[in-house]
Amino acid sequence: MNGPRLLCLLMLCGVALVMRGSPSGAAEPVDPWPGLVQDIFNNRAINDGNDILAIEMPYRAEDAAIVPVTLRSKLAPDDVRRLKTITLVIDQNPAPMAAKFELGSDARVSEISTRVRVNSYTNVHAVAELSDGQLYMVKTFVKASGGCSAPAGKNVEEARNRLGQMKYRQFARADQGPTSGPREAQIMIGHPNNSGLQMDQVTHLYIPAFFVDQLQLWQDNSPVLSMEGGISISEDPNIRFTYVANGAKTFRAEAKDTSGHVFQKEWKIEDSGT
Amino acid sequence: MTFFGLVLLTALFVLPPAQAQQPALDVSEVSPGVFVHIGTIALMTRENEGAIANVGFIVGSDAVAVIDSGGSVREGRQLLAAIRTRTDKSIRYVINTHGHPDHVFGNAAFAGEGAVFVGHKNLPEALRTRGPFYVDAFRKIMGDSLIDEVRIVPPTLLVNGTRELDLGGRKLVLQAWPAAHSDNDLTVFDEASKTLFAGDLVFLEHIPVVDGSIRGWLRIMDDLGRLAATRVVPGHGRVSEWPEALTDQRRYLDTLAADIKATVAKGATIKSAADTAAASERPQWQLFDDYNARNATAAFSEIEWE
Repeated sequence: MNGPRLLCLLMLCGVALVMRGSPSGAAEPVDPWPGLVQDIFNNRAINDGNDILAIEMPYRAEDAAIVPVTLRSKLAPDDVRRLKTITLVIDQNPAPMAAKFELGSDARVSEISTRVRVNSYTNVHAVAELSDGQLYMVKTFVKASGGCSAPAGKNVEEARNRLGQMKYRQFARADQGPTSGPREAQIMIGHPNNSGLQMDQVTHLYIPAFFVDQLQLWQDNSPVLSMEGGISISEDPNIRFTYVANGAKTFRAEAKDTSGHVFQKEWKIEDSGT
Repeated sequence: MTFFGLVLLTALFVLPPAQAQQPALDVSEVSPGVFVHIGTIALMTRENEGAIANVGFIVGSDAVAVIDSGGSVREGRQLLAAIRTRTDKSIRYVINTHGHPDHVFGNAAFAGEGAVFVGHKNLPEALRTRGPFYVDAFRKIMGDSLIDEVRIVPPTLLVNGTRELDLGGRKLVLQAWPAAHSDNDLTVFDEASKTLFAGDLVFLEHIPVVDGSIRGWLRIMDDLGRLAATRVVPGHGRVSEWPEALTDQRRYLDTLAADIKATVAKGATIKSAADTAAASERPQWQLFDDYNARNATAAFSEIEWE
């Protein structure tokens, strides 16, 4: 995780009232992207990925603590290359590397959606690594309504009660076969995902970071998707994805957080639910 | 008086407002001893000095209770001035109905009055974790001169369930509610006038803001409506009859919850919910475009767990 930048430091979880101010009148921020290419990608060459991947986010975030993002593969079905990993980078966030997704080699994941926290007006980059070893990049721009428009943790007691609870859901699709074929599913994990950048105003110490840093998903024993997550993932991490079911009977999830908790759950693939 | 003295005296009267006496906040006496300032229906800005919430005070035979202090220390001082033009009784309590900036930013104006700050048992934590963010965020919008003097002053007298306060022959019944508008909502009922200060558990004209639990808010609405008040001071909007004042808000929240439930059930995304939920309510509320999509997102992330 990159060291927090003071400008963005306190803006992660904002206020209940929407703010319409323009971004701080301070000097134009330096584009952090070249530095991020260095830190995250070791200065490797990154190709234009507009034929490989699409990224969708709202241009203006209604709720900067819960900003939906969708990553969609544009590879043709007969393309010999496949997506191996996708790294999501929110340039102006204190911890810009929001998530790194690793796509199971047999799962043919074609779409991933999640929700992230966005500090302020920022570029968001998605960098895919393909099986050919090359990196491909797409980007978009998001305005977080002049700042943050809602704090995470609306209901602190409820959040505590829900810690580690996991839900799995399958969405009906027209092209879906009984046990195999393309499938859209979703995993949710109850977790405050505390950033570690929230200051306790009494002690002036930081409320400790406490977040899901790893999530792995399998169909029977075949990896579907895994996520290395950071503090830019919203409270109650939610991953929705399209993959190809292989006739597996069970869907399995394992999540780990920074306090060493391990949450595990298994579902029969016919039913979705808790 | 010398000519010079006359010039000096005149100069004192034309000094810029910064030097002049603090103006008093405009308040109405809605019932004997119960005073209310109705906030502007707007977002907090430098121009309105954050004065967007309803704030007020109740005068008993011995003491005064303040209910919410406003969206800036400047507004808090103006509220204090309004109190002092009417009574010199001591301010025994400053009650915060919940922890949002438009209701608590004026607390510092009362710090020297010997008052006890009162709030929901969850309010200290809410202020502790969100206070610095609110201050920082609103500094960018309202500017240093309004925000530098803001101090986050947590309550020392906490309410869990109900609690009575006495202003000298005048009983106030305070009630802490489960998560609804926020997770630290507190109402104040003045028995003498049957006036309910509902804080942001009640919105009129201003779109209700969901920052706690939409289901929780709908669940408590019947009990709220059964409180024996004849008049309500909502957190935003005009003083109204009780319980009729709940009608519009209940309809909005019911509609939003139903729309979101349907969206979740059919597997649509949180983004589509933000775009479409409660669209029928748009003509009914001010600031709809500022808050509805955010309410929809909040409701979605709550209801998808059902």
